[in-house]
Amino acid sequence: MDPRRKRKLRLFVALGAAVLLAGTLIYTSFSASTQAKEPSDLLAASEPGRSYELTGKVVKGSIDRDGEQLTFRIRDRDGNESLPVTYAGVVPDPFREGREVIVSGELASGTFVAERDSLITKCPSKFTKDEQSA
Amino acid sequence: MAGVGSACLLVGLLTAVYAAAISVYGAVSGHRGAVVSGRRAMYCVAGLALTATVILQAAFLRSDFSFKLVAEGSSTDTPDFYKFTAMWATQDGSLLLWALLMSLFASAVLYTTRRSLRDIAPWATAVLASIAGFFLLLMVGWENPFETLAVAPIEGAGLNPLLRHPAMMIHPPMLYTGYVGFAVPFAFAIGALIVRQTGADWIRATRRFALIAWTFLGTGIMLGALWSYNELGWGGYWAWDPVENASLMPWLIGTAFIHSIMVQEKRGMLKIWNVSLIVATFALSLLGTFLVRSGILDSIHAFGASTVGRQLLVAIAIVLIGSTALIVSRLDDLRSKAKLDTLLSREAFFLANNLVLVALCVVVFWGTFFPLISEALSGEEASVGPPWFNRVTTPLALALVALAAIGPAVPWRRAGRALLLRSFRLPAAVAAVTFGALIAFTDAADSITSLIMFVLIALVLAVVVQELWRGARARRTIAKVAWPRALGQLIGRNRRRYGGYIVHAGIALLFLGVAASSAFQIQRDVRLSPGESFEVGGYEITYQRPTAEIGRDSANTGAPITLGAVLTASRGGETHTLRPSRNFYPSRSGGAGPIGRFFEGEATSEVDVRWGLRRDLWTAIRPDVAELEPAIREADRRFADSGQDVQAVVVAALVERYRTNPPPANFRAIESPLVSWIWIGGIIVVLGALIAVWPAPESRLRRVTSIYAAKLGKELSRA
Repeated sequence: MDPRRKRKLRLFVALGAAVLLAGTLIYTSFSASTQAKEPSDLLAASEPGRSYELTGKVVKGSIDRDGEQLTFRIRDRDGNESLPVTYAGVVPDPFREGREVIVSGELASGTFVAERDSLITKCPSKFTKDEQSA
Repeated sequence: MAGVGSACLLVGLLTAVYAAAISVYGAVSGHRGAVVSGRRAMYCVAGLALTATVILQAAFLRSDFSFKLVAEGSSTDTPDFYKFTAMWATQDGSLLLWALLMSLFASAVLYTTRRSLRDIAPWATAVLASIAGFFLLLMVGWENPFETLAVAPIEGAGLNPLLRHPAMMIHPPMLYTGYVGFAVPFAFAIGALIVRQTGADWIRATRRFALIAWTFLGTGIMLGALWSYNELGWGGYWAWDPVENASLMPWLIGTAFIHSIMVQEKRGMLKIWNVSLIVATFALSLLGTFLVRSGILDSIHAFGASTVGRQLLVAIAIVLIGSTALIVSRLDDLRSKAKLDTLLSREAFFLANNLVLVALCVVVFWGTFFPLISEALSGEEASVGPPWFNRVTTPLALALVALAAIGPAVPWRRAGRALLLRSFRLPAAVAAVTFGALIAFTDAADSITSLIMFVLIALVLAVVVQELWRGARARRTIAKVAWPRALGQLIGRNRRRYGGYIVHAGIALLFLGVAASSAFQIQRDVRLSPGESFEVGGYEITYQRPTAEIGRDSANTGAPITLGAVLTASRGGETHTLRPSRNFYPSRSGGAGPIGRFFEGEATSEVDVRWGLRRDLWTAIRPDVAELEPAIREADRRFADSGQDVQAVVVAALVERYRTNPPPANFRAIESPLVSWIWIGGIIVVLGALIAVWPAPESRLRRVTSIYAAKLGKELSRA
């Protein structure tokens, strides 16, 4: 084959592969993603059976542990609407009242049932007084 | 002293501005004195940053709480080692560390190139001075680490207990060294573009710095993984967290860069590609800093809101836009005459490796920024989790290991069929035998991707061993020396090449650990009372008895209370003892009572791992102090006004009560096969990289003479 045509062919193959990869990337990421919501969003509208990522702050005095099962309430970052959460699995070390957390799961009859081990706590790098009592 | 520190930063900023300005003047006018002055000004910046760091460190060690940073990040009961490292646990302190490392690196490279690269070096000095100046400006303008408190508190807040781990203390300086190290080749690439000297000179002058940066960044990532495995109490080493990804991205592109510059040195090709890669690497290094500091993405590392996020974003924009404009304006100088002859050549494999690495980086970038992308496209914030990352990166990782296996044995320019056959006969046989053995004797076939990975790893190792053996055999015949000596000479004479092969072997072993531990680990979470047992993998684990100690934290992190367990794990007649525990740090908020605060503060898992080449047994405990709560409440009421010594006795009594009357505790145990090979592979990678970086005495001599010859020629042609 004439080298110039060969190079052109290579370019097309490479571009084709790149487009294909990009397509896969976009498709898989959108189909595998979970939406991040705050309690008020879920209270306003939620599809049953759909997986959500719930973010917010742990309500003060709401943490209750019964064996493996952990229940607590998450409220809006800036607001008072809250949802009860049931969770089992590893609780990250920085988990505390008032800390911002992220947990994945789905809403079932008014309670957010979290997936095992899905709890993430944001860690404050320096904890000053106001951060802890917040 | 704080005033002196602030002054150091301000003078440092002014000196950096001077260094940048005088270097540009020197470069434009050809005035040598100005260039020398710019270089020396950079040494001054390094000296000033060092002085500032020493002042701040002294304040940390003295526990001088009139420094705001010390009051917030340290305390008198913080152990000395952690006082020393508390500086970079804070934002302002880590900016100072950035500036210090940046100016030290810049000084080192400017010193080594002081007699070469006459045209490029002044521009590079200007770029390096601007970067150092930018970080000094951040501190002078927004985040002064020398801020003082009008009234010094008697006690500081203490270092976050989670960060009290040796790996965590070395990890940030390592990452930063990596980040700033890439600024060096970036600066010289910009210099080379400006003066249109787009040959391989700038690469030769800075490739060692690129490799050093790459090694440090990689080590930093590994230490972060080790910390996660040992300290975070969840048993994993990688979670595709945005900040982890942020450090991985420049490392991936940096890896591509140190491969593809070889093609430019050897064949004069891929010039545009190389400058683009180094620009991307440096921009991603800044992005890493930005992600940690801006809190824009949800992450365990999101250190709250920061004041310098916007400034970093502006810096990234300037780097990207400026560099792109420069590259576009120099396109004519960057075109190379050489063309890729055939796809079966070393350069083609380097190119393929580059494409895979860039694709990996794009994937990681997409996943990391998906919450922002999705919000922009669909208006709803959504994120992708580790399963998505694992699924998408696995095929790319397989391709990468395959290329690492084949590439080193393919010659430059064009490979003959007979030669290829000879090179791959033996490694292919080794891979085939591995495949057969895995199918016959193990369960590896349960995970197809792991099986493929294991076979490819065998291929990589076989190719590396074959290359070393062939070289040593030739050396033995030529120099007539014994095998070990021949191998030593072979590696010593061609450090870069054979160091690189050793890095390949290390990476292969690292992937062995990753593939085996991610596909075949067994994890169990249980709640047990003393005397009860459970099984995980091949182990039978028994909770023998609780432990409860005061002031005896074995890891020396300064925790007053440690609750734990003695476990016995038996497997095939052998029994081991494991002692996982959990450190409790007193709460410093006003809400908790005088006794309760000892139990309600931060707590960290001190996991116990039985390390092994074949498998690790990882255990963690979460003692349940809820049953102590009524007693704690009562103690809070009764001893609220007692003296500290009485309260200490009460705390001791409560801890003793946990030991004698233990409630059930929660345990997590993980049997993880071959996970140690991640760390072993990592160490081999560092060793290989050190071999590649180490200057070879003879070649250095040769290079110096050739530089002098080139310089003489240039001076003569000017005269």
